[in-house]
Amino acid sequence: MLELSHVHKVYRVGAFGGGRLRAVRDVSLTVEPGEVVSLIGESGSGKSTLGKMVLGLSRPTGGTITFDGTDITTIRGHAARKEYYRRVQGVFQDPFSCFNPIFKADRVFEMIRTSYFPGVSDADWRDRVLAALATVRLDPGNVLGKYPHQLSGGQLQRVLIARALLLDIKLLVADEIISMLDASTRIDVLNLLSDLKERGLGILFVTHDLSLGNYVSDKSVILRKGAVAEMGPTLRVFENPLHPYSRHLLSCVPQLHRTWAEVDAELAANPPEDVVLPVAADEESAPLLEVEEGHFVGIDQG
Amino acid sequence: MTNVAGAPGAQPAAEPAAPRKGSETLHYARRNPKLLIGLGIVLAFLLLGLIGPLFVDHGPNEYVGPQSQPPSGEFWLGTTSFGQDIWAQFVFGVRTTFLIGVFGGGVAFVIGTAVGFIAGYKGGIVDEILNMLTNVVLVLPAMVVLIVAIAYLDARGVFVQGLFIGLTSWPWAARAVRSQALSLATRDYVDLARLSGRRTGKIITTEIAPNMSSYLVMSFILLFGGAILIAAGLDFIGLGPSDGVSLGLMLESAVAWSALQFGMWWWFVPPGLGITVIVSSLYILNVGLDEIFNPKLREL
Amino acid sequence: MTLRVNDLKVYYQTLRGDVHALDGVTFDLADGEIMGLAGESGCGKTTLGKSLIRLDSRMRHVGGTIDLDGKDVPIADDDAMVPLRYHEISLIPQYAMSALNPTRKIGRMINELLRSRGVRPADISQELTRRLELVGLDADVLNRFPIELSGGMKQRVVMVMATLLNPSLLIADEVTSALDVSTQRSVAESLVEFRDREYVKSMVFVTHDISLVYQMADTIMVMYAGRIAEKAPAKTIINAPRHPYTQMLISALPEVGSTMEQGRLEGIPGTPPGLLNPPTGCRFKDRCPMAFSKCSEQPPLLEIEPGHWAACWKTG
Repeated sequence: MLELSHVHKVYRVGAFGGGRLRAVRDVSLTVEPGEVVSLIGESGSGKSTLGKMVLGLSRPTGGTITFDGTDITTIRGHAARKEYYRRVQGVFQDPFSCFNPIFKADRVFEMIRTSYFPGVSDADWRDRVLAALATVRLDPGNVLGKYPHQLSGGQLQRVLIARALLLDIKLLVADEIISMLDASTRIDVLNLLSDLKERGLGILFVTHDLSLGNYVSDKSVILRKGAVAEMGPTLRVFENPLHPYSRHLLSCVPQLHRTWAEVDAELAANPPEDVVLPVAADEESAPLLEVEEGHFVGIDQG
Repeated sequence: MTNVAGAPGAQPAAEPAAPRKGSETLHYARRNPKLLIGLGIVLAFLLLGLIGPLFVDHGPNEYVGPQSQPPSGEFWLGTTSFGQDIWAQFVFGVRTTFLIGVFGGGVAFVIGTAVGFIAGYKGGIVDEILNMLTNVVLVLPAMVVLIVAIAYLDARGVFVQGLFIGLTSWPWAARAVRSQALSLATRDYVDLARLSGRRTGKIITTEIAPNMSSYLVMSFILLFGGAILIAAGLDFIGLGPSDGVSLGLMLESAVAWSALQFGMWWWFVPPGLGITVIVSSLYILNVGLDEIFNPKLREL
Repeated sequence: MTLRVNDLKVYYQTLRGDVHALDGVTFDLADGEIMGLAGESGCGKTTLGKSLIRLDSRMRHVGGTIDLDGKDVPIADDDAMVPLRYHEISLIPQYAMSALNPTRKIGRMINELLRSRGVRPADISQELTRRLELVGLDADVLNRFPIELSGGMKQRVVMVMATLLNPSLLIADEVTSALDVSTQRSVAESLVEFRDREYVKSMVFVTHDISLVYQMADTIMVMYAGRIAEKAPAKTIINAPRHPYTQMLISALPEVGSTMEQGRLEGIPGTPPGLLNPPTGCRFKDRCPMAFSKCSEQPPLLEIEPGHWAACWKTG
């Protein structure tokens, strides 16, 4: 459904754009219907840039991003772009900044209506909004007619997911959508994503938190400095991490029932086998090596 | 995220349901003393400038009465040392002052916001060129340019004066609007509006501009006040409209004819106070508007 | 006993009334203890951290006492608190990265701080270098501006600054939240190292991340809506929590290696009560599946086994 092929993003930085900042380097991946793909990385890994490019908010400097056969980087004109957003939507990290503070929160629904469903009657539209709110398990009385600052982060985030559901979307880009939520509401939003997945939605789940990444996703992509370090079925990536960077990350994640000391001791007792990493031919490319079926390892970046 | 318990975001249940939609801004506007006081004074002066002259049956510069009279029942604000009616001069002067403020401030506002919005939203090379232009105009010694330009012209009217003031005082407004637009254009809700299939023009007018509405009003008010002050300064050094009367011109002639030394307070106090009160109530009005437009400030 | 907090109440003043951010908090902190202070946003954990060192202008001390090493800590009296700060109690703030003055070099900032505390910088410069090295920083950072350092480096600089005078109590407020996982681990481990070397006697580590605090804390205290729900050794909180809130909170956390297929986790329905007019009785009762009639009375914080305190009628 969604296919990224050798996507690059280079920013010009500094005075007169003299410097170059490589944010995304040679990334290829796919998202199928009903599949959740986690993009996992630390700050500066390019994960959010990838999300923004899929949403057409930023343009790749190289490579193609195809959605159902159309290269979205070639979409020109407002009408075509609007059609794309009918099928692909995004939810962002900071729910508070996604709402224009001077308008009520439910205005995000109205915007969808005026853009995509101008012909729908008031009663019909209200039913659709209520249905979407029910899907995200929000009580309409608690959120309709409220200003953003009167709602909690979890409520706002679910309003935004409900907004995306008003359209008949195929792909949802969820960019760090729970990092600002509290532990007791986080899991509900994650569960909601998995319900949506059951309904056949493809989800690109961008996160910096490894434990969240593998709770929901079918496929995990670990990014480092813009390039893929490791990619494969989530269970394989977490049970048998191949790239030294993935192993390092996993050893640093605070775990609930195991301390760092225990993790280190375990690693020392059973040191994982070294894997031969692919070598990049130049500054631009970042080849992957298939170590086991569907499980790829990327270049070593020091 | 806020960690303050009970901060506005933390307790959704405590908020009373907002009853009406459109009238809400009005609801808060009616309860804001700063807005009411500022607006009241500005409107009172506007009204004075609009209808005051209709009740004066002689021209402001005609010699109609005894010389150097203090305020009395006949001449409310007294007369000048030539026997001109100061009340008549005052109401005509207020009219001129508003004209110059609206026109001069308006020209500066239109140029400034247009340049600011385009530079801020478009970014890149457009931004750099416009920014350079803004900076060039900003460092021009505006007063000197005005003095030279206006002294050079033969026929000096209110509009010419306003136009020149407008053409030289827009840069700071452009810079302010640009920086705001620049930061607003990267907000997530602007991205969200793009994802909702909104056009760029519509995003500027419905997402970015309303967030800046108080800012825009503030810019206009400050430009308005600034134009009044610049005009008063020009008038005071004798470069005012050659064919009329303004508060600045009144001050100029009061000083020129030694009203201060003769203790003729009624000659210089009304125009001086008029300028001060108009400009300061504009500023108070602006603070009040900020509190109304920003729902967060309402509750503090 | 390093720290003893007894029935502390601190309210936030707002135009709509007092927000009962801390409403009767009682606990002890032993010498050498690192206590993790966990809870959701708005539970009062940051307020508690701040109250131990400095009340801001909106915070009002309503009742209760704080003893540090047997001496009363006069938190309501800002002037009397000044000599205690840095010497006895020190804080690493949540946004330490932005707490550094961007126009000053790090070294100059540290010297100014020391002088304002009546300490000659020269007396301590060797110790400073040693501690910077301990957290993996070169002494060269003293000649750099904050902007030249990464987030993790700044956080470590602030850590060293805050503990330079060997305070008795260190409050670390969400110090690792903005860091990447690998930096997070090294910063957390440095904090433990500081305790082990007795640069600080004891520490309160405020965080929303229970799995992180489990890695480094000796005890964990869980707060809910301005009150203490449970305090116990870290292992006990994670493996055998007794308060229903703690139980639900722990079971809502996804773990590395756990997937949806292995078992769907559930969140806690509902939202915490507003603290402007907090409900009477147990504050968790509206979200608690075990609530019964007794819960309309406030449950006391009781020691249910040695070192394990909980405030719930079901555990008492």
